[in-house]
Amino acid sequence: MTPLSGYLLVSALLFCIGLAGALTRRNAIMVLIGIELMLNAANLNFIAFWRFSEHPETQTGLMFALFSIAIAAAEAAVGLALIITIYRHFRTANVDKVEEMKG
Amino acid sequence: MSWILQNLWLIPVLPLLAAGISALLKRPNRSLAAGLAIGSMGASFLLSCMAFAETLGKHGAASRQFHNFDWFALGDTVVRLGWVLDPLTAAMVVMITFVGSLIFIFSVGYMSHDENFTRFFCFLSLFAAAMLGLIIANNLLLLFMCWELVGLASYLLIGFWFHKPSAAAAAKKAFITTRIGDVFFFLGIVWLYSETGTLLFYTEDHTGCLEQAALAKMVAHTTIGGLAASSAIGLLLFCGAIGKSGQLPLHVWLPDAMEGPTPVSALIHAATMVAAGVFLVARVYPLMELQQAGVSEPIPLTAVTWIGALTAIFGALVAVSQTDIKRILAYSTVSQLGYMMMGLGIGGVAVGMFHLLTHAFFKALLFLGSGSIIHGCHEEQDIRRMGGIKKYMPVTFATYAIGMMALSGVPLVFCGFWSKDEILHAAWLYQPSKIPFFLGLGGAFLTAFYMTRQMCFVFAGKYRGHARESMADSHDSHPAVHEAGHGHAHDPHESPAVMTLPLQILAACTVLLTLVSTPLWPWLPEYLVAQAAHFDAAKLFNAGTLTLLVVSGVVVAGGIGLGWWFYGLLPAEKPDETDPLEQQFPEQFAWSRGKFFVDELYAATFVKWNARLGELCHDLDRRVLDLLVSLVGWATTGCAHVAKLFDEFVVNKLFDAGCTEVRRGAEAASELQSGQIHQYLRSIGLALVLFVFILAVGCNK
Repeated sequence: MTPLSGYLLVSALLFCIGLAGALTRRNAIMVLIGIELMLNAANLNFIAFWRFSEHPETQTGLMFALFSIAIAAAEAAVGLALIITIYRHFRTANVDKVEEMKG
Repeated sequence: MSWILQNLWLIPVLPLLAAGISALLKRPNRSLAAGLAIGSMGASFLLSCMAFAETLGKHGAASRQFHNFDWFALGDTVVRLGWVLDPLTAAMVVMITFVGSLIFIFSVGYMSHDENFTRFFCFLSLFAAAMLGLIIANNLLLLFMCWELVGLASYLLIGFWFHKPSAAAAAKKAFITTRIGDVFFFLGIVWLYSETGTLLFYTEDHTGCLEQAALAKMVAHTTIGGLAASSAIGLLLFCGAIGKSGQLPLHVWLPDAMEGPTPVSALIHAATMVAAGVFLVARVYPLMELQQAGVSEPIPLTAVTWIGALTAIFGALVAVSQTDIKRILAYSTVSQLGYMMMGLGIGGVAVGMFHLLTHAFFKALLFLGSGSIIHGCHEEQDIRRMGGIKKYMPVTFATYAIGMMALSGVPLVFCGFWSKDEILHAAWLYQPSKIPFFLGLGGAFLTAFYMTRQMCFVFAGKYRGHARESMADSHDSHPAVHEAGHGHAHDPHESPAVMTLPLQILAACTVLLTLVSTPLWPWLPEYLVAQAAHFDAAKLFNAGTLTLLVVSGVVVAGGIGLGWWFYGLLPAEKPDETDPLEQQFPEQFAWSRGKFFVDELYAATFVKWNARLGELCHDLDRRVLDLLVSLVGWATTGCAHVAKLFDEFVVNKLFDAGCTEVRRGAEAASELQSGQIHQYLRSIGLALVLFVFILAVGCNK
């Protein structure tokens, strides 16, 4: 059986890829994808820690991950809708060009 | 409990509603206002008749019924109001609603040219409502409230033509003069409350202030000067009656009140306002007649008797020489009210109230008659410019003559004779002194004399109203005078039926009342004190009564005869002729014409002192208080200047500096908010790395 550190390494790798994507990409959709990756890295952590916990027979970790996925789906829907609206308004999806909220 | 007792409150409330509604009406709604007033008065009259029927046939204590209710409670003290139905109440409400209705009907004719017709009927209804409330009250406080409302309504009515300065002044005078009496009245009420703890007259458990327990307590309590509390309270309450009923020191407002429209004079002088004082004394009679130890007569009643007797002769003396038709009647009212007070003082409730009731009818008749004459003579009030009106106004003449004979006390068929005779009879039997009797007899003689004088001036001879017109014609350069005199070119005319019908009804009542008021069958006076009347010929034909009847008959005949000899044999030809009486007794006549200079005396003393006091207060106010106020003002302004300097140079500077710093900080902070999502994300990422680093280092330790 793969040790816990293996899962955590994969998860950390996934998170770093997501963070790098979110930070470097200019397209809003790409940023969103990066965020999703980070979210899934977190989910992977949940599952891994649950599996290696003292009471793996209780389904808590699984439930938590399921909730998290459902929320991520809802968030993606809202995020995409926002991106479409922003695109319609500014005629671009480049997040550097959208700086209306400047103080 | 009978239906009418439960609903006795409707009697004053109906006119009150009429007053309220007509207060909201617009000026052109004349017939609606008059209809409301007369209708509500008529309905009250019907209710009053039911109340009257309820009291019939009950004698002694059974004749008094009352209904009390809680008004409000303050802690443990419950203020209770209520109404009382006894023969006194019933007789008064019937009289007031009946005479009042007739006066209202008469007013429709008299006020027909007045543009404030609606307002007039509103005030009349308010007046009637207040008066009826006063009559049925079973609580001295409720009575006082209505009493003050009556005062207010009379002020409004006397000053109805307020654009005339004399009317405005008369209204003010009436209000202030009666207020002097009312202050003492109120003191009496407060004292009575502190002595007995209640202001209800009668209660179910016999604790009312006119019932045995309270009275015994009051008479036993001796206060300053050896006066029992009951006597002192009685005197204070009588002070209120003096003001309201125009008794001697405070009579001055009553003749001036003639400035109001004539129906108002009739309402105030006949049925209602002036009767309120007499009624008050009759209502609290159990208190007035309490006899304190060591004094032979009840002190309040002695005061009532003497003030009444003096007022009776005083009013008659002044009335002899007046020339304004309404003023003669006003002084005659003063005199008759004196008789009523005297009757109350020496003969009890029956005697005084009996004269009040009969007087209400014939004095209302006389006032309405004078209104009809004034109306017919084109608003002329001076009897020297009348004369010969008998042939122009036959109905008015006939009814006025009946009223005049009733007032003078012409024997046998007029009720005024019998009620006046009752008073004289009681005065004759008055033990402490015979002077009130002779004052009353003198007053009776003078009454007959001045009424004859007035009749001769107004109705006999030929019409002298044209004199002024011819005078105006000779001064053609004076167009305004000519214009004013133009109205007199017409002869006097009889008034319309709406005015003469009430006169006829009142005249009929004046005669019909005689049937129940002779000593043969003295139903009315006995009813008033809740006793059964018996047909008793012996009462009339005993030596004392018969002698007195003859004496007063002779006195009245003497008065009328002398009046006729002075004024009737040779009627005045011109308005500016000297009065025949003046030729005989110029000095005494001048005193009478000047109303014994009471007004001038008051003007030279009380009014002047009051004005002085006012000026003194004004000076004190301006010189001393104003100075103090100004000093405070200046001090405040000085402090304000110091505060302003401090504000500008310390507080403002500091505050401005603070503001600048805050703004600069805010500008720096706003740099962070770039709107660039990546920048935010970078910050988050950096923070995360730092966080993880700190955690890792912390855990390793």
